[in-house]
Amino acid sequence: MEKSEAVSIVLCGEAGQGIQTIEAFLIRLFKSAGYPIFATKEYMSRIRGGSNSTEIRVSSRPVAAFVERMDLLIPLDPDALGHLENRITPDTIILGEVEKISPPEHISVIDVPFSKIAAEIGNPIYANSVASGVVAGLFGLDLSLVTEQIQEFFGAKSSEIIQKNKEAATKGFQLGKELRDTGRVGFEISPESTVSDDIVVSGAEAISLGALAGGCNFIAAYPMSPGTGPLTILSQHARDFSIVAEQVEDEISAVNMAIGAWYAGARAMVTTSGGGFALMTEGISLAGMIESPLVVHIAQRPGPATGLPTRTEQGDLDLVLYAGHGEFPRIILAPGNISEAFYLMQKAFQLADEFQVPVFVLTDQFLVDTYYNVPMFELDRVAVKPRIVETTADYRRYVLTPDGISPRGIPGYGSGLVGVDSDEHDETGHITEDLELRVQMQQKRMRKMEAIRAVAEKPRLVSSTDYKVLVVGWGTTLEVLKEALTVINRPEIACLHFSQVYPLAPEAADYFKRAEKIILVENNATGQFGKLLHTTFGVSIDRRILKYNGMPFSVEELVSQIVTKMTEE
Amino acid sequence: MGVELYRSEVTDISWCPGCGNFGILKLLKETLDELNIKPEELVMVSGIGQAAKTPHYLRCNFFNGLHGRALPAATAIKAANPTLTVIAESGDGDMYGEGGNHFMHTIRRNPNITNIVHNNMVYGLTKGQASPTSERGFKTPVQLYGVVNEPFNPIAVAIALDASFVARAYVGDGAQTKAILKQAITHRGYALVDLLQPCVTFNKHNTYQWFREHTYYLKDDYDPTNRVEAFARALETERLPLGVFYIHPKATFEDNLGMEDGQAEPLFRWKLDRAKLMEMITTKQ
Repeated sequence: MEKSEAVSIVLCGEAGQGIQTIEAFLIRLFKSAGYPIFATKEYMSRIRGGSNSTEIRVSSRPVAAFVERMDLLIPLDPDALGHLENRITPDTIILGEVEKISPPEHISVIDVPFSKIAAEIGNPIYANSVASGVVAGLFGLDLSLVTEQIQEFFGAKSSEIIQKNKEAATKGFQLGKELRDTGRVGFEISPESTVSDDIVVSGAEAISLGALAGGCNFIAAYPMSPGTGPLTILSQHARDFSIVAEQVEDEISAVNMAIGAWYAGARAMVTTSGGGFALMTEGISLAGMIESPLVVHIAQRPGPATGLPTRTEQGDLDLVLYAGHGEFPRIILAPGNISEAFYLMQKAFQLADEFQVPVFVLTDQFLVDTYYNVPMFELDRVAVKPRIVETTADYRRYVLTPDGISPRGIPGYGSGLVGVDSDEHDETGHITEDLELRVQMQQKRMRKMEAIRAVAEKPRLVSSTDYKVLVVGWGTTLEVLKEALTVINRPEIACLHFSQVYPLAPEAADYFKRAEKIILVENNATGQFGKLLHTTFGVSIDRRILKYNGMPFSVEELVSQIVTKMTEE
Repeated sequence: MGVELYRSEVTDISWCPGCGNFGILKLLKETLDELNIKPEELVMVSGIGQAAKTPHYLRCNFFNGLHGRALPAATAIKAANPTLTVIAESGDGDMYGEGGNHFMHTIRRNPNITNIVHNNMVYGLTKGQASPTSERGFKTPVQLYGVVNEPFNPIAVAIALDASFVARAYVGDGAQTKAILKQAITHRGYALVDLLQPCVTFNKHNTYQWFREHTYYLKDDYDPTNRVEAFARALETERLPLGVFYIHPKATFEDNLGMEDGQAEPLFRWKLDRAKLMEMITTKQ
């Protein structure tokens, strides 16, 4: 059997068929067997039915990107083959119940009667464990590890259910092993790095954990895919951590609550997607005017309007960059991967508190719905120091200062009074129509940009420092860009990736000067980040790879498109 | 303490001479003084409009936010620090029009705050257009042939939503209004005071005289715990009843968040349980 570096397993079926159960189990199983793993899903906007698929990559070294390639496909319903037809190649091994999925003539499927075996054990619901067992057998894992993991996975269920699932997985395992031993099908792969200390988390979990680590103690949100995850997760842990988690009547309420909460001493966030964020924009402007800290998580999906609710895109950068009437400072972070989602979310709270500005964390459906193993999160990597001051009787909320930052007091802490106003205001927060004071206040607010820019995250250069071709990306395309460059493996090419997209670190300008050719990669239709680079640094990029069909970039398409673009004159 | 304690440093008041807002401000200061609520313990939250400027003319902590959005901010302020007295005060356009959705859902949520709505049945700051509470037939520069929409009935809506405390007051009656404000502020839960006032500049119909002739007080034997009776009174429009329509004591938003009243630690004193967070992260191994 040929040794692989990474195997891609795809499960496909209707919503509600148990794909997620198999996925969750296999992730645990492979991780406990010592393999780096990765899983991402694409699904339709419905509760039952449709065609949904999950891709699991089992690899020798950590991977964190979507691939088109399917080494092993397990279709669970008749529509699955049609749904994934474009991705099926002669090398794709398909295991399924022929009777149930009725494959067309030209697609050959190895018949594995999951349901029949499950029914023999006592109930068709055990089919998922049969399927998991087959996969374990194909990879030559230890049967004892499989049954041990079944025990843990179904730990809360009755002993009979656990026993039946063990039987089902064992039967499946034997079938898989038989296929492997006879040389028909099987995978040979050995892990090169240790994963036992790693954690396996999704992007949504990383955002939520990062928020807690940043001292978040208040979340207000209206559910909207794919941004709902942090509301769900923080609500589930609200009592454990004594925090406030409230599902509100609309996004307008969410953002105004979050700002009210910061005013009274909480550390608050909202989470949403583009449409919900559009409703929040007046509140963003309020945060700008009253110099309120605010953390906004936006998981992007394709628009305009309702767009594709369960798909991915990097289409809301322009919206976030310009959201809110008037001019005021802001910070926009865009984590490149799951580890960064944790640390940047934590940092977002610190930045918001320190500079008294709205801080945006831009993710997308791809990142929040993807999970893989990452090194254990450390709480102390980002310093979190609350900035509230105890007021004195003569306290003035908007005292004019050289760096524009006025010490932030809160009501009920100290002997002073704290007044904030959405009107232009004087140092005490009272309405003013003094036009000279207006200018001073506007300058004070904008002055904060200097300090904010000085601490901006610098872009990261991936691979060669001696490059001629520079591939530029931002946010969640980091890992797919890295893997594509590894595959291309040419010394003259490097990638420059931005995890902070506003304000941009001034140092970034030099990277563009050194490049002969620059290629822009964005998951949107108009190259929004490219426009920002042009405005900021005067860089014009006409080699652009843009994707906006709702799917993330795959390694294969980026490899081929980068190679094409770099050879174009 | 005396009402001097609440004298604002702002002297340039932007209300018209004779505006009902002056009366409301005076009564509010006296009420706060009589209740012994210190300016440092008070947060006034408002939206936009002439009524929404009230917090500037009263020495206190204040959050003068966006048009229609006082209630979400007030709810969050109370939740973040339950030791504060929180009053959300704005006009009828702000609370019942722009903020109508928050009005309904704040009643459902029942935070322990007081909601004072200056109701003069007209838009003042934007110069005389109809408000949600304007009567049918009321003519304005925009509603040239008179208002045709059904007037919003905040009292009936609040009772329909089982609000914890619902009252209507009239600024012309100082003693009665103060008594109502006192009850509202000390009520534990969401308390609505729909406070009738004339707009001397833009509403020549609902004048001081008109309010005298078109209101009456609920009698001493009126039972404010009877929701059906309260709703019936709320529907009266010939003469508007004044007083406390409805009281239903129940768990507040803060109670439901698991905060015990009085023992609640303000969130600015909250500390992350790092061990618990590490434990949560470790379960992902």
